[in-house]
Amino acid sequence: MSQTFDWDAVRDSLPLLLQGFRVTLLATVLGTLVAAVLGLAIAVAGRAPSRWVSVPVKTVMEFVRATPLLVQLVGAAAVFTSVEPLTIGIVVLGIHYATYTSEVYRAGIDGVPKGQWEACRALSLTPRRTWQAVILPQAVRNVLPALGNYAISMFKETPFLAVITVQEMVFEARKYGTDHFAYTEVFTLAGLVFLVASYPTSLLMRKLEKRLGH
Amino acid sequence: MSDFFSTLLDEFPQVRAGLWVTVEATVLGSLLALLLSFLLGLMAGSRLLPVRGVSRVVVEFFRGTSLYIQLFWLYYAMPQLTGYELTPLVCGVVAFGLNYGAYGSEIVRGAINSVPRAQYEAAVALNMTPFHRMRKVIMPQAWVQMIPSFTNLLIQLLKATPLLWLISAADLMTAVEHVRSRTGETLVSYLLLLVAYFVLAYALTLLMNLLERTAKRRLGLHPGAGSLLKTRTAESAATAGGTR
Repeated sequence: MSQTFDWDAVRDSLPLLLQGFRVTLLATVLGTLVAAVLGLAIAVAGRAPSRWVSVPVKTVMEFVRATPLLVQLVGAAAVFTSVEPLTIGIVVLGIHYATYTSEVYRAGIDGVPKGQWEACRALSLTPRRTWQAVILPQAVRNVLPALGNYAISMFKETPFLAVITVQEMVFEARKYGTDHFAYTEVFTLAGLVFLVASYPTSLLMRKLEKRLGH
Repeated sequence: MSDFFSTLLDEFPQVRAGLWVTVEATVLGSLLALLLSFLLGLMAGSRLLPVRGVSRVVVEFFRGTSLYIQLFWLYYAMPQLTGYELTPLVCGVVAFGLNYGAYGSEIVRGAINSVPRAQYEAAVALNMTPFHRMRKVIMPQAWVQMIPSFTNLLIQLLKATPLLWLISAADLMTAVEHVRSRTGETLVSYLLLLVAYFVLAYALTLLMNLLERTAKRRLGLHPGAGSLLKTRTAESAATAGGTR
């Protein structure tokens, strides 16, 4: 059975897909925000002077990083049944990517010269002032492109949210595909939307990387 | 709880079969990805613009259009469009291979570029053929550089295999999901599943570290103490953003 590409289905499903795309974008932006903030917290906690803090943090992080996002999502949605799926999606995406971004921050923190730490001690700055006024401003400056790249890859993993019934783009695509038996058209369309959105952004990140002298 | 474990024991053959499917998809998918990485990565270094162009377009296409969509396209759309149907496992292997092959080609390209220019020139001065030059001088050095990044990619691929559950390939997730629905033990089931994937990921990391050690020894480099147990490298953190 060979069937031609049905352009009517494309025209018909595009508004639905774009409506879902708004949810996709929302999840990406909020998920990235969670990942950016939590990743920093993890990186700082990983350097805590007490082993009772740093070892558990590192262990949990290693575990989350090495296990599949899909299982984490489905598991979280099944355990926290009373929470809205979109919220679960954003939090789980954020936590999963925080384990990646914390590595970026860690590399940034490791890159701050030792003399800066010693100077802080010599000036008897509190740990809070040391991090806030000296270490982090130097460490965080160069992580922007890496965070951007993670945002792009998170964007491409948002279809996972469809599994826990978040009505993002791929959810809408599947629904339309099932209702009208038009999988070819909707999935091609959804793929193109991903390509059109992610490719220019990745070029932008590459440019930013060059400008920051990586 | 005891109900859960008796059901698990009951379903053990299915769980084992599921584990096998997951391992199969990971191994075959990564082999296809490895093949494509080298093909596309070497094409990217070609002197001919059309060859470079084809590689660029293929890589950006498969990196840009989300693995999830590619898998669903192969599973749902291709039979509708061509009338030709792949089994779920083959769909998975092809999608993983294409997607991660595209990412991997960037690793190959970067590693080849990172071999010092003088090595090239020396090989040319020794009158080596281009093939010989690549095989004996450039590739052994580039290969060592590639392994840590390939390890990351392999773990990513393993972590993508639960997607098979969505296209009804009977993988590990499908099997454990079945046990869960029979017993209603949600938390234990998913924790067990996470631990299983963690163990698999750790085993793969260990194997890749062994491979790295062998490759380094071939170059006469010291692998360094404790490198076998590490789960990531400094390089991987630095390039993680770039390989995406």
